[in-house]
This record gives sequence, C-alpha cells and structure tokens, in this order.
Amino acid sequence: MENVYLTIVLAPLLGSIIAGFFGGSIGRAGARWVTIIGVGISTLLSLYVLKLFIFDDQPVFNQAIYTWMVTDGISFEIGFLVDKLTALMIAVVTFVSLMVHIYTIGYMADDEHNWPKDSLAGRNSYQRFFSYISLFTFSMLMLVMSNNFLQLFFGWEAVGLVSYLLIGFWSTRESAIFANLKAFLVNRVGDFGFILGIAAIGMYFSSMDYAEVFAKAPELADARMPVWGDTTWSVMTVICVLLFIGAMGKSAQVPLHVWLPDSMEGPTPISALIHAATMVTAGIFMVARMSPLYELSEAALTFVMVIGATTAFFMGLVGLVQNDIKRVVAYSTLSQLGYMITALGASAYAAGIFHLMTHAFFKALLFLAAGSVIIAMHHNQDIRHMGGLRRYMPITWITALVGSLALIGFPGFSGFFSKDAIIEAVALSRVSGAGYATLLLTLGVFITALYSFRMYFLVFHGRGRMDEHTRHHLHESPPVVWVPLVLLAIPSVIIGWIAIEPLLFGDWFKDVIYVAPEHAVLAQLGEHYHGQWGFILHGLVAWPFWLAMAGLGLAAYVYWYLHARRPQLEDELRERFAWAYRVLDRKYGFDDFNQTVLAGGSRGLGETLWSAGDRKLIDGWIVNGSARAVGWFAQRARHLQTGYLYHYAIAMILGLVVLLALFVAL
Amino acid sequence: MGFEKFLFYVFAAITVVSAGMVVTRRNPVHAVLYLVLCFAATAVLWMLLEAEFLAIVLVLVYVGAVMVLFLFVVMMLDVDQAALKAQFIRFLPLGLAIALVMLALIVLVVGPANFGLEQFAKPAPAPADYSNTESLGKLLYTVYVYPFEIASVILLVAIVAAIRLTLRRRPDTKYIDPAKQVRVRKGPDRIRIVKMPVEGKVEAE
Amino acid sequence: MIALSDFLILGGLLFSIAVAGIFLNRKNVIILLMCIELMLLAVNMNFVAFSHFLQDTAGQIYVFFILTVAAAEAAIGLAILVVLFRSRQTINVQDLDTLKG
Repeated sequence: MENVYLTIVLAPLLGSIIAGFFGGSIGRAGARWVTIIGVGISTLLSLYVLKLFIFDDQPVFNQAIYTWMVTDGISFEIGFLVDKLTALMIAVVTFVSLMVHIYTIGYMADDEHNWPKDSLAGRNSYQRFFSYISLFTFSMLMLVMSNNFLQLFFGWEAVGLVSYLLIGFWSTRESAIFANLKAFLVNRVGDFGFILGIAAIGMYFSSMDYAEVFAKAPELADARMPVWGDTTWSVMTVICVLLFIGAMGKSAQVPLHVWLPDSMEGPTPISALIHAATMVTAGIFMVARMSPLYELSEAALTFVMVIGATTAFFMGLVGLVQNDIKRVVAYSTLSQLGYMITALGASAYAAGIFHLMTHAFFKALLFLAAGSVIIAMHHNQDIRHMGGLRRYMPITWITALVGSLALIGFPGFSGFFSKDAIIEAVALSRVSGAGYATLLLTLGVFITALYSFRMYFLVFHGRGRMDEHTRHHLHESPPVVWVPLVLLAIPSVIIGWIAIEPLLFGDWFKDVIYVAPEHAVLAQLGEHYHGQWGFILHGLVAWPFWLAMAGLGLAAYVYWYLHARRPQLEDELRERFAWAYRVLDRKYGFDDFNQTVLAGGSRGLGETLWSAGDRKLIDGWIVNGSARAVGWFAQRARHLQTGYLYHYAIAMILGLVVLLALFVAL
Repeated sequence: MGFEKFLFYVFAAITVVSAGMVVTRRNPVHAVLYLVLCFAATAVLWMLLEAEFLAIVLVLVYVGAVMVLFLFVVMMLDVDQAALKAQFIRFLPLGLAIALVMLALIVLVVGPANFGLEQFAKPAPAPADYSNTESLGKLLYTVYVYPFEIASVILLVAIVAAIRLTLRRRPDTKYIDPAKQVRVRKGPDRIRIVKMPVEGKVEAE
Repeated sequence: MIALSDFLILGGLLFSIAVAGIFLNRKNVIILLMCIELMLLAVNMNFVAFSHFLQDTAGQIYVFFILTVAAAEAAIGLAILVVLFRSRQTINVQDLDTLKG
C-alpha cells in the first residue's frame, strides 16, 4: 500500500513541477493535461483506498517513509497515517480538486485579458495557475496524510503559501496584493500559536508522532505548567488552545477571520477549492485528528465551541449586506466553518467532519456556480447588476439552487443531515457554553437561509438589471464549466443520505476519533436514530427547519415578490436600519480595529523606534556619534603632527630615553 | 699604560672630537670631511679589536664611496650656508641636555661595573696564521648565505631606486630619435606640394 | 688593558653626539643624514667590540650587513634629497612641513 499512498501524494506534485517549471515549453494544453492527469490518478487511487476501507476492512497504515533527523530522542520523519478519517479526507480533497481542475480549463481560458499588455507575469499565467492548484493538492494531501506534527506543520504552511500565491495570482492588481498579504499576515498570527503548540507537545511528550503522543496524553491529563510566580496552567489546555489558535487562522474563525472575505480577490476556482472546500477545513480536520488531546481539556472545548458559535452567527449576519456575489458565499463559508468548529467543541467530531464533507461539495458547487455567473457577466460580480439569469443559464441556475438548498439544510439535501446533527449534538452537550452555542446556531439557520436566497433571488430571478451589452452576450457556460457543476451537485444532494449512518452513528470513526464517555453526545443522539426517514421527520418538527423555511420565505417575499415591484426597497430598508447596516457593513469593525490599532499601532511603534531609536540613538549617537567623537579627537590630535622632522625625532628619542630609564631602573 | 691603550685613547679622542665637529660645523663640506676623519679613526680602533677586514671595508667602501657621495651631493646642491645655521645656538641647551641624559643612562648600563675586565676578560691575541677575512668569508658564504643574498638584492633595489628618483627627462634637449626617422613613410609623413586654384580675382578699384 | 666597557662607552658617546646633532641642526637635512651615519657607526662599534670579547665572528657579520643597509639608505636618502631640492629649491628642514596636521 505504501506505493499507492506515495503515488496519491506525489502525482499532483509531479504535475505541478512539470507545469510550473516547463510551462513555457509544454504550452497550455500540456500544462492542463499533465496536472489533470496527476490529480486524476490521485483521485482514482483515493477513491480506491476509500473503497478498501469501506468494503474490505483495510488495516490502518501508520509508518514513517523517511527519517529526516533524530535529535535528542525526537525523530523528525515524513510518514503517512492512513485510517478512515484520512481516507475520507483524501477522497474529498482529490475529488473537489479534480472538479476544480476541469472547471479551470473554462474559467481561465481567457486569462490573458486579466493582465496588462506585455506583463511578464501574465505570459504563462495559465500554466502557472495549473501548477499552483496542483501544488495545493499535494500540500493538502501531505497535511491530511501526515502521521506526525512536523509534517502536519509542513502541509499547514505549504497550503498557506499556495493560498498566498493564488490570492495574489493577478499580481498586477493592487487589491489582490493587499489581500494576499493580509491573508499571509493573519495566518502568521495563527501559525505562531500553532507552532507554539507543537513546541509544547515536543517539550512535554518528547515525540512528534501522533500515536505516541496520543498514547501518552492521558498521563499528562492533570499535568500543570508553571507560567509565572505561583500561577500554573493545565498543560493539555495550553496545548489544545495553542493548536486551536492555528486552526482559527487557517479555518478563519473570529477574530482571525478577516483574511477570508478578502481572499475572494483570487480567481474563482481557487476560492472554491482553497477558500471553501479544502484548505479552510484544515483546522477542523486537525482538531478532529487531535481529539484524544481535546477530550482531556474541558476548557479548550469550551473555547472552541464559543469561538465557533460566534463565528457561525455573526459572520452570517454580515453576509446579509454584501453585494459581491463571491463575498456573500465567502461569508457563508465563514459561518459554516463556525458550525463545524462548534461541533468539535461539543465533542461531536464526527458531525464536524461530516459537515466538512458535505460542505466541501455544496460550497465548491456554489462557488463554481458563482464563477459561471461571473463569466457570463463579464467579470461583474455585483448582484445588484444581475437578475433573471435563470432564463439564460439553466444548468447554472439548477445547480446553484441545489447548492443553496443544501446550504440552508433543506430536508433531504446533504446539508440538512450534517447541520441538523450538529445542532442536535450541541444542544445535548453539557460543556459550558453549550447553551450560548445552541442559541446562536439555531438562529444562524435563519440567517443562512435569508442571505443564501437573497443572493439566489437577486441573481437568478426578477428583472435583469445588467446593461444591454452584457445582456446581449448572456449564455450558458461551456461544458468544462458546467460538467463539474453537475458532478458536484450530485454528491451535494445524496452524500448526506448515504454517509450519515456510518459516519455519525456507525463505527466508521471508532478507532480514529476518541470521545470521552461524558462528552459522547453523538452516541446519545444515536439512541434516538431510526434511519434517514426518521431523521428527516424529526427534523421537520424541529426549530431549525422552520427557521430555515422562514428565512427562505422572507427572502422570497422581499427579494422576489417585493423587489419586482419596489426595486429601491433594499435602499429604504438600509436607511431605516442605518445603525445596524453600518455595523454589519463595517464587519463589526474588525478590519478597522486591525487597521488602526494593530497595523497603525505597530506602524506608529515602528515609526517611533525608527525616529527615536534608529535615527536618533543608533544613527545619531552610536554611528554618527562615534564618528563625530573620533573626528573631534582627531581635530585636536592633528596638532601633534607639526610636519617638522625634528619633532618626530624628539618624540622617538624621548621614548628611547624613557625606555632606557626603565631598563636601568628595573 | 701599554701601547695599545695609548693607541685606543688617542684614536678614541680623535673619533669623539671629529664627531663633535661633524654636528657643529656650519659648512656641510667641513662636516663631511670631519665625518671621514671620524670613520678613519674608527677603522683604527677596529684594527685594535682584530676586525681587520671590517676596518678595511669601512675605509674602502664607506669612506671611499659613501662619503664621497655625500660630498658630491653637498657640493652639487647650491645651499645658502648662512641661513642654514641661523638658529643653531638656540637649540644647543636642549640638545645637550638630552644627549647628556642619554649618555648618563648608557654609561650606567654599559659602564665598567657591568662590562669591565672582571666580567669580560681580554681574549688571547689571535695566532699569526689567523685570517680574519677567511673566517668571515667562511661564515658569510655558508651559514649566512641567504641573508647575504638578500643584502645584495637590497643594494640592487637601492641602486634602481636612486636612479629612478634622480632620473629626469628634459623636454628642452633637442636630440633626434633615430627610430622615428626610420619609421617615416612616403606620403602622409612627408612634405607634399599641392596645387590650388586661384580664389577669385582681386578687383582693382 | 682595554676593557669592553671602554668600547661600549665610546659607542654611547658617539650615539649621544649624533642625537645632540639632530637637535642642533634644524636647517640642513644633509647633516641629519650624517648624524644617522654616526649613530650606525656607534652601533657597529658595539658589535665589533662584543664580537672580539666574546670571540664570536657573527657580530662582524652583522656589521657587514649594517654597512650594506647603511650604504643603501645613504644612496636613497641622498637621491630623495636631490629630488627634494630640485622641486623645492631648499633643504631647510623648517620649510618641509607639508605633513602638518
């Protein structure tokens, strides 16, 4: 099996290297094919591995492939841990990645129009893009298949790097450069916590290997670390919270979420792949993987849950006032990531992973559908200028409707199963903060439905508000664009139906995810589970369903029925609730806070250090000051140099006399 | 007081007095001549010390070549004698004081207390067939052959440097360079007679 | 008998006279050069005396080398002097203060 796993990882890397370094010589078609074949091989093998795990009881693979170094008893290795969680993740990652690769053929076909003429970076941008997304696939696979913290960190940073490269892909646009720097810097904050967590693990466990760390974790459950003075903190809580700070950066949780909406500056395929389906779920995957650690710290679970619920609700609210089609989807991603994180906090790891999977399909679908709309609209992304698109692009319309229904959790669609399971599990959780989380998640369902269908109705229904030229050119996207939409729409509908039973209530994650008996909310939920139909029927009488329907209905009423009659309605609402609108439009002031306090503060600090410390103290006193002192001294000492021979002679002879006197005296 | 001691004192006195003359004479020509005397007396003293070869070398090379060079330079440079000694007396006390202090210190170190006959007995005179030149030569061309060669290089460098320093091209000398004469080609380098048309006519008013 | 100290004191005397000469002659570079020759002579005197009293010919070898160096020094020094006089029309030490700080 080792060769199969190696091939899964290395095929995209090979494709990426060929497309990246030899893109100029193999041309567009060459780059396209080499990367798609690489990812295709990877996808097939991943599905094969998944099949082995499902039907053939494949044993868990946990082995080091290569030892980088051994120091002080800690070995740093590259190794694979492939169990059922990994098998699921690699199948999702490679499948979505393959869809995005195919979709990219159509989306990036006219990429040269996005570059200024004679731009050097734009020359092979098509090949470069394929190289990047393949490299991303490789990095993500390294991350999820890792069996040790070091490789996890490698994958973690590698996906961050590719994300940076892709957000700033159109490097001639100032906003793109701003966004990728922002993403990189915000992720640095999270990664700082992450690497501190790994360092703490290295310090307390003397190992980087998952299995060893998990085996030793119960011994350290009550260990405490001295902080300062007599204050001590629980080791497990510190480690878990630090690791989770990394997850907050990568999975865009409050307050490190600010980079994700801006990351929409990148091309739409990567918004779908990286910033919705895969990379941002790395944090959820990581916490689920570390479940044996998180189960030991109640405080960390509470922290996780509160952060997740806050993100889920408040980021959804911001989605209500966005007008950029991609930003609406981006805020919905933030909100859904919050749901997953909350599930993790409630120890319903399986529910989090389940939602991760369903979300990967329907959110990738939504993004790609948005991309299809954007192509048709000639890269105008403002939903106020759209409308009535369903007549022009029926396939995009249907698939987007499927995606939206899955997103709001319409019964029967995949999102319904996963989201309902999360809300139920959180409601059952007895970790402190669960009440707060339950309330926010339940209300969040309403918000989700409202913003999703606001966008849906504004884009696909009503009168077309685009200009004549654009309307004239409206047509359905080419097959390379809509085929991935259809292929993603299928799992968006059915995957929940298939997967809920083994994933949540079966023994799929039995030896993979550890849940302490007192936290076992999913087991509790499973006692009342009687098949998919029962789950749906139960859902129909629960609050979330009716809230979702209310949101859908409200959206339909306002943005479909009323909007057709009073197009200026939204502006009136905005004026009526000006204060609320301002809060949401400012995104609660996170950006302003970061900009003024953090960025401005550090700039001010740097400015002060530069003017006072660098220029005055170091340059002024130490550097120029020493030069001035030497100059001053030399100005005086130069008078010793009279230029007369006999003065030098007298100095020498006087020295001679003194030495001679010393010689005689001693 | 043996004859040797008599010779020593006489020539030591000559040496010291002529050295004093060297530094006090106004006329540099006189100073050089006194220096020659000083060297000659020293050569006699070296004879007393059985350093015959060096004594001869001192007279031949030093007095014969170096001092003549001095004399030559002094006479060649047209120096205003009176101006050169103007401030002589003013610095006499200082110079004497320093010299005396130095002399006192030197005598303290090397005086009879440390280097008298008790400490260093007079060695027996060399046998009649002893050749100072031969023993010096044997040592010089065996043990000290490398320093000897280096010394020769130093002299060579000194020769080259001295010539280079004093050599000068005089642009006002009008001598003919035969190489240039040979290089002259027929045509551009030689005189040509060119016929030109008359430029208009002068009109008589 | 003549003692070693007699020769050494004679050398010291010569040296001191040369030092005094450097102070006395502030005008003439040639005399300064001569004073240096006197100093070297004093040193040579010491070498020869030690060579004799210690019965070691190496001392005379040293004198040999010192004479070589002194000759070279005199040649170059006088050459510089000639060049100097040619360009400045003077050998007055007090006029030579280009190196003044």
